[in-house]
Amino acid sequence: MNRIISTIVPINIENIDTDQIIPARFLKATSREGFGKNLFRDWRYEQDDESKPKKDFPLNNPTWNGKVLVAGKNFGCGSSREHAAWAIKDHGFDAVVSSFFADIFRNNALNNFLLPVQVSDDFLQKIFEAANRDPSTVIDINLETQTIRIENTGEQESFDINPYKKTCLLNGYDDIDYLLSLRKEIETFENSNQSVA
Amino acid sequence: MGKTLFEKIWDRHVVRTIEGGPSVLYIDRHFIHEVTSPQAFQGLQKRGLPVFRPKQVVATADHNVPTLHQELPIREELSRKQVDMLVQNCAAFGIDLYGLGHPYQGIVHVIGPELGVTQPGMTIVCGDSHTSTHGAFGTIAFGIGTSEVEMVLATQCLLQGRPKLMRINVEGKLREGVLSKDIILYIISQLSASGATGYFVEYAGEAIRALSMEGRMTICNMSIEMGARGGLIAPDETTFKYLQGREFSPKGDAWEKSLAYWKTLHTDADAIFDREILIRAEDIEPMITYGTNPGMGIGVSQQVPSLSSIPEKEQGNFRKSLEYMGLRDGQPIRGQKVDYVFIGSCTNSRIEDLRLVASFVKGKKKAEGVEVWIVPGSKQVEKAARAEGLDRIFEEAGFQLRQPGCSACLGMNEDKIPAGKYCISTSNRNFEGRQGPNARTLLASPLTAAVAAVTGKVEDVRAYLNAG
Repeated sequence: MNRIISTIVPINIENIDTDQIIPARFLKATSREGFGKNLFRDWRYEQDDESKPKKDFPLNNPTWNGKVLVAGKNFGCGSSREHAAWAIKDHGFDAVVSSFFADIFRNNALNNFLLPVQVSDDFLQKIFEAANRDPSTVIDINLETQTIRIENTGEQESFDINPYKKTCLLNGYDDIDYLLSLRKEIETFENSNQSVA
Repeated sequence: MGKTLFEKIWDRHVVRTIEGGPSVLYIDRHFIHEVTSPQAFQGLQKRGLPVFRPKQVVATADHNVPTLHQELPIREELSRKQVDMLVQNCAAFGIDLYGLGHPYQGIVHVIGPELGVTQPGMTIVCGDSHTSTHGAFGTIAFGIGTSEVEMVLATQCLLQGRPKLMRINVEGKLREGVLSKDIILYIISQLSASGATGYFVEYAGEAIRALSMEGRMTICNMSIEMGARGGLIAPDETTFKYLQGREFSPKGDAWEKSLAYWKTLHTDADAIFDREILIRAEDIEPMITYGTNPGMGIGVSQQVPSLSSIPEKEQGNFRKSLEYMGLRDGQPIRGQKVDYVFIGSCTNSRIEDLRLVASFVKGKKKAEGVEVWIVPGSKQVEKAARAEGLDRIFEEAGFQLRQPGCSACLGMNEDKIPAGKYCISTSNRNFEGRQGPNARTLLASPLTAAVAAVTGKVEDVRAYLNAG
């Protein structure tokens, strides 16, 4: 994962919690696949009925499509369910842009190669405005240079990402592989009796 | 310079720190449940890995279990499959399971402390955001995602960046009728649903010290609702007294040794926090939420904020929230009709909560048309409630005493609040649809919920206490 260049799906709502992203009643599956069809379930359909899509919800509106979800601040708050990141990824998104992410969601997203891009409140509004003026607005997210750019206005901003995580994303590394490589060191730590276990 | 309580525990658990990156943090205890663990076990199987330290993992079934007829097979197929899979995984990987039918089964954040598995100075994780509950014992405890559950199962470690540190001092004495739930709802209403994101919070001050362990757990439990990774409280005599003699608490010499260590677990006088907040206990009244995130809370005597008092940029979200709740801006919250009362969840389902509710409703009846569910946090809580005769008090009042589980807190099992109905709930989240599609949640303390159960509306508990 290095560069994501795509049109966007804007959901201009703040404090989108993981219960909205994927309601608890859809967490009964025991594999990681297939959560995308229930992404934003209760905002997407009337009366929990797939044959009654809410036409004005961005996921149902043909005006909006793309690999980048753009949402209001404090995205992903609430429950730790990784199913939220799985559902977003499964639906076809590669990045989420917001002016603020909840901590656990951010980690879950990174562990699934879904890039959380935190921008300023101002820049977030610029993206929403640009997309409202022209739904074919393209966003260019460059992980290597840590920049996000609105193609048709040329406005851009840099974003932060932990250097370790950046390396992982760029090279497709997993935290678990790294931790497994430390097993000897972990055993030594245990024997030093530092922990209270 | 001195250290904070958090730093003392953190530093002791760092295996190594990656330059410019996170630390490898050793995890003492790992709780798992049926919903966020299956994909982690699947990951281990794919890689052909065992569980690294199965004796440091404790499992229970709570999120997706029925709260009626637990003795029968679970009717709903997907739920049954998920619970069965936990049984299979625990057997295959050598993990102790307190599953359905076990006398220790219950909500993961209720049973950990109750069994003495949770002990001061530990690092504790679970695939559940309310893992912060265990911080009440002076632990670093936080929720993780399923990929991280897999990491801990495989290596007993996690990669974690050190959070910023905040201390919230609650000074003075609480007024009558005000419970620990009101303290935390008040704090979140002041800080907002994202006000502590990026922080770990230490709760301190006279009003916190005066709380029971149950009260402290309620506070730490809801740390995540203002975005904090976790919350913790320094252990003291209240903590030690609670832990002594519990199933997995240290015994004999080991107890003395542990106690000596636990007594060092407090923030040094000259330690520095990134942020400090002072709350006056006497400013807090019984609280209730009116909106769709836990930061949207007010005192019961107050009115829903007027639209004009909300910053213009936030008015759209505010309006959407009130529309969902079917409330008007500026209306008093007192007198709001309720249809359901849910007393349960990892926030408020412990024996102390049930006793408090029983002491208030004794000899009273539930209001007509109101459905009242009492869902104990664990089999042990349920047993104690029955032994103390609380079940009869509830029965006479027309309340249903159910079996342990997460239940209507998240509506994952069949315990859902119907669309459009109002539920006053002792749980932790009032998100849209949390308790069922289009259900409307009002978060409150067990006492405020008990008053609503007998009056059928949101009322100020203080009026009833004074009336004797």
